[in-house]
Amino acid sequence: MTDISCRNLCKTFHQGDATIRALDDVSLDIEEGSFVCLSGPSGSGKTTLLNALGGLDTPDSGEITVGGQRLDLLSKSELAQLRLNRIGFVFQAYNLVPVLSARENVEFIMQVQGVRARERRSLAAAVLAEVGLEDMEERRPAQLSGGQQQRVAVARAIASKPALVLADEPTANLDSRSAAQLMDLFVTLNTERGVTFVISTHDPRVMGYAGRLISMRDGRIVADERQQPHAMAV
Amino acid sequence: MGVSWLLAWRNLWRHRRRTWLTVGAMVFCNILLIFLVSLQLGSYQMMIDGSLAAFTGHIQIQQRDYLDEQHMYQSVPGAVELAARVRTALGVESVAARAEAFALASSAERSFGVLLTGVQPAYEPLVSTFPGKLREGRYLRDGNAQEIVIGAVLAQNLKVGPGDELTFLGSGRDGSFAAGVATVVGILDTGLPDVDRSMAQLPLGWFRQVFAMGDEGHSVVIRVPALDEVGGALSELRAMLLARKELAVLDWDTLMPGLRQAITSDMAGAWFQYGVLVILVAFSVLNTQLMSVLERTREFGVMMALGMSPLRLAQLVGMETLLLAVLGLALGLLGGSLLTWYLSYAGFTYPGVEEMMQRFMLGGRLYPQISATSLLSGPLAVFAGALLAALYPALRLFRLEPVAAMRTA
Repeated sequence: MTDISCRNLCKTFHQGDATIRALDDVSLDIEEGSFVCLSGPSGSGKTTLLNALGGLDTPDSGEITVGGQRLDLLSKSELAQLRLNRIGFVFQAYNLVPVLSARENVEFIMQVQGVRARERRSLAAAVLAEVGLEDMEERRPAQLSGGQQQRVAVARAIASKPALVLADEPTANLDSRSAAQLMDLFVTLNTERGVTFVISTHDPRVMGYAGRLISMRDGRIVADERQQPHAMAV
Repeated sequence: MGVSWLLAWRNLWRHRRRTWLTVGAMVFCNILLIFLVSLQLGSYQMMIDGSLAAFTGHIQIQQRDYLDEQHMYQSVPGAVELAARVRTALGVESVAARAEAFALASSAERSFGVLLTGVQPAYEPLVSTFPGKLREGRYLRDGNAQEIVIGAVLAQNLKVGPGDELTFLGSGRDGSFAAGVATVVGILDTGLPDVDRSMAQLPLGWFRQVFAMGDEGHSVVIRVPALDEVGGALSELRAMLLARKELAVLDWDTLMPGLRQAITSDMAGAWFQYGVLVILVAFSVLNTQLMSVLERTREFGVMMALGMSPLRLAQLVGMETLLLAVLGLALGLLGGSLLTWYLSYAGFTYPGVEEMMQRFMLGGRLYPQISATSLLSGPLAVFAGALLAALYPALRLFRLEPVAAMRTA
């Protein structure tokens, strides 16, 4: 069943006098529960596509449907609601709230969702345990390594039980071991929970985890291949 | 405590110094406002008490047109009996009947115009502080004796003292010629030269004989124990005198409109200054919250990406401001009430205050008066100003685009 569908997406940025076509007639379908990597060099349009799929950025033209909902028909607050309940984001720079502990970072999203305090606390503990941070619940981001912070970010992304996780270069700031651990975690969540993953990367080792590899260049999809996933060699 | 409140609280302390400076400005402003408003209200109370206690009293019963026209014939029948009824009705002793007439007072050497007041010697000291301002001699004793007490300046002008005789000439209630010879028994020094220049008091009984007043007087003066009891007493008296259409029950505000005007005018100026103070503090909060929002633009972008709506983000900024304002309110209330409470007992003074206060028959020390109004009006205005100041930074969040926000450093 199709989870994401986009048709003829175009997005142009203006930088001084120059016009950059970040997305150039991109059409794409992503099935539920799939593990997709968007690859390509910097400026190829990966992040722009990811942002558009998550409703963070609006394409100049074209249509995006996520979980049966046309994004261009949703208001700002409806888009926020969609992201809150259906989409998890993982960023390259972790982007945790620095004044909250690991548990509080995870709980915060659940509170916004309206989960009750007692339930929130136990759910956050369970999710942090799932990403291997059971002993670090009360640590603030500054007291965690990059890999640990990214795990908290993943815990935060999956705490809202999303059907789709969009990850923008999630391993870019991690060492090889942490990157491998993170990708293993993604694979586990994908296979055990059926969460759809769309990951942008230009790291070939990350691409190896994907069942589908979409290559982009100059805002266009230049290759779209199904492949046999394989784990990263650490 | 929800995570949102926790986050709001911790966000406040990301820049500890900046937060304390803002809270400090609010606390200082609150302390100042509590003190100044208490002082202002306390001074008004002292001015009112001082002025009313001097002569006017809190309430007077007069003939309906006497206040405006001041004719001798506009009198209150049975004034002494009415005063006695009022004493019983209100349960207060400080009720006195008076009668007034303008006359020419002459000593052996000179003559001056005076305002003669016929008073009840037993009750007048209860409604007026003038009898207590004796400089020489004694106050009146007998209600029918041919005695007089006069102001110090008048005594000086007439060159008379206790024991001297003084003649006065005027018109009686019926238009007849009224004259009397009285022995000066006391000299009053109120500290108000205008009053001391023309004041002369004599027993009401004798005054009524001389001025052909019969059993009438011109006013029944009432002093209630506290200013806030005036309203109740006024209603009671109006109900009591409902059938006597020729009489009017007047409160101090009507009797001394100048006093209320002076207070109102002073109050308007003071409120304007307080308003400026509150606005300055609100701008300080605005600056802090705007800085706080601007430097967290990226973080807000991330939160939006995670599913927080602009409204939720604005609520977060609102919560932060609320905590900031509550902190300023609590510390300001504590500091302001302690300081003002101490000064309300100990009092204080500064150079020049004695001269100013003498005009209102007051002592040389100022006593702020703590009340719910003086405690809460200023701090609540600062509180509201702080919350309003957060509107602009909070509203900016509605214009935030997550991608652009996340690109900021």
